[in-house]
Amino acid sequence: MDSMILSKEKMKDFVAALGQQKLYAPQKEGETLRFSLLGEEDVPELDFSNTTVPPKDVVFPQTETLYQYELGGTDMKEPEGGEEGAVMGIRPCDARAMSIVDSLFSWDVDDPYYLERRSGNTFIGLACLEPCVNCFCTSLGGAPASTEGLDALMTDLEDKYLVKPLTEKGEKLFQKAADVLEKATEEDVASAEKLHEEAAAKVARNVDTQGIPEKLPELWEADLWKDVSNSCLGCGICTYLCPTCHCFDIQDEVEGFEGRRCRMWDSCMFGEYTLHASGHNPRPSRRERTRNRINHKYSYYVDKFGTIACVGCGRCIDFCPVNIDILNILTQVKEAL
Amino acid sequence: MKENGNPYKPYIATVEDTWYETYGDRSIKTLKVVFDDEKIRESWEHRPGQCAMIGLLGVGESMISISCSPTEGKFLRFSVMRMGAVTSALHELEPGDKMTVRGPYGNSFPVDEWKGKKIITIGGGIGQAPLRPIIEYVRANADNYQDLTVIYGARTSGDLCFKGEFEEMSADKIAECHLSVDIEEEGWPHFVGFVPSLLMEVNPSPENTIAITCGPPVMINFVLQNLKKLNFEDDQIYTTLENRMKCGFGKCGRCNVGNLYVCKDGPVFNYATLKAIPEAFA
Repeated sequence: MDSMILSKEKMKDFVAALGQQKLYAPQKEGETLRFSLLGEEDVPELDFSNTTVPPKDVVFPQTETLYQYELGGTDMKEPEGGEEGAVMGIRPCDARAMSIVDSLFSWDVDDPYYLERRSGNTFIGLACLEPCVNCFCTSLGGAPASTEGLDALMTDLEDKYLVKPLTEKGEKLFQKAADVLEKATEEDVASAEKLHEEAAAKVARNVDTQGIPEKLPELWEADLWKDVSNSCLGCGICTYLCPTCHCFDIQDEVEGFEGRRCRMWDSCMFGEYTLHASGHNPRPSRRERTRNRINHKYSYYVDKFGTIACVGCGRCIDFCPVNIDILNILTQVKEAL
Repeated sequence: MKENGNPYKPYIATVEDTWYETYGDRSIKTLKVVFDDEKIRESWEHRPGQCAMIGLLGVGESMISISCSPTEGKFLRFSVMRMGAVTSALHELEPGDKMTVRGPYGNSFPVDEWKGKKIITIGGGIGQAPLRPIIEYVRANADNYQDLTVIYGARTSGDLCFKGEFEEMSADKIAECHLSVDIEEEGWPHFVGFVPSLLMEVNPSPENTIAITCGPPVMINFVLQNLKKLNFEDDQIYTTLENRMKCGFGKCGRCNVGNLYVCKDGPVFNYATLKAIPEAFA
């Protein structure tokens, strides 16, 4: 399918043309921009640098029910699944992150909750034309218009979007809305490509990751871990807002006679994350937790799945309340190697 | 959806019998449980060293070593120390009560590789729970192995698990058992001191021998040092680790030691593998 044009004026018609299908798109929630289910009257908020919360929560919700039960009973009822939907306005870095996390959730034992949402949804990207100050996607194999993990890519051309379907799923979705789309001209395609190139050149920060995955564990006792974690408050925002962080907890919740076993995001930056029942903690301080976080992303994940579990979205830098900067940590790592 | 093959959904099992191994604040209770579904009962297969996620609907789940060998019958045993909300609730279970079980998880002791060898287990406290299945397995397949030696200690005699079994094994000449308590107590006829010291006292020969140890981290560290003093090679030494776990199959993230997941790459580790990972003995 060729590229098409979606006029910004026709956004409402486009959303309507997708019909009853669930559509997730960035929406303002107070100061926070995050992906949420569009209501009938809502229009996607597509004018942003990047969302505060990555779209990972569409496929891996912050809290989700694994199964419900009645107290005293033994029947476990799983939530209805199989719903189809689409996610619109994903930045290429966040889409790449999903593709990276897919390896984990399909490794050896399939995670049915995650994988069902991954296959049931169509993922529509929005090329990044104005990288943020802390973006470094190009250092990690990404790009502001990377298509990895996406079914279609949109590019903002001021009063319209150029829409490029990338997969069969993407084509199917845009065929539904064929009436509100126009044919793209060669000129449209060329101006999008030019914008993509310009955006890549605007990514200002970078890190040379060569040698890090292999040698990082050798820096186990290096002083830098103490230095880089000294000011850490252990708030966990770097992991909660990280598009590749996927660790979770499982807890039972009871209300009256109804119970549910659910899973919720957890963070390796919390002490309780590794605390043994005996009181022993293999990662007793923020030094060990920071060391594990960086090793997991930049070395262990590479060992297991062949890719660094960081896409350079810069959120952990943007939102750290004490200005801990992962690029600064990686620079110190490089110096110590 | 997911009726078949949802790895998070446990099986329902019924508690058949329970008894206390130790008493006190951190008492240890053994639960003998049987799956309700006959098909699961027949198809369930676990190997010595594996664990299972056991729990109660409305309370939660805990990863616990399976403390019986498959050679003992179509049931499971879990020896649970009372520590937090889930283990306290598990302690309240009576015969006939229902609980949830999913698993089995992790690798297991390489029992086939060990054929023809002498086996020595070195345990401390609740660390004997994952060692019990290998002892029972070797006992049931005695023709395939040479001598079995059991070294086991706890703070006091009241803190030793599976007590009757050691006397029985010694009397029946099934295993050479060496017990210890940390502190001197009246009427205690065996060794007084820490498990690593008892190991030196027993002074086993490393020749054609496999040593397996499990216990508190500090005990494991000293046992490993002493095994080296006794000239055991790294690849003759095995340990079984436990870390906090939530899923049991490599998704939830927390049980890693370095680049290995205890729930998948472990819980049984050869010392040669573990030695290369600084976090393993943290």
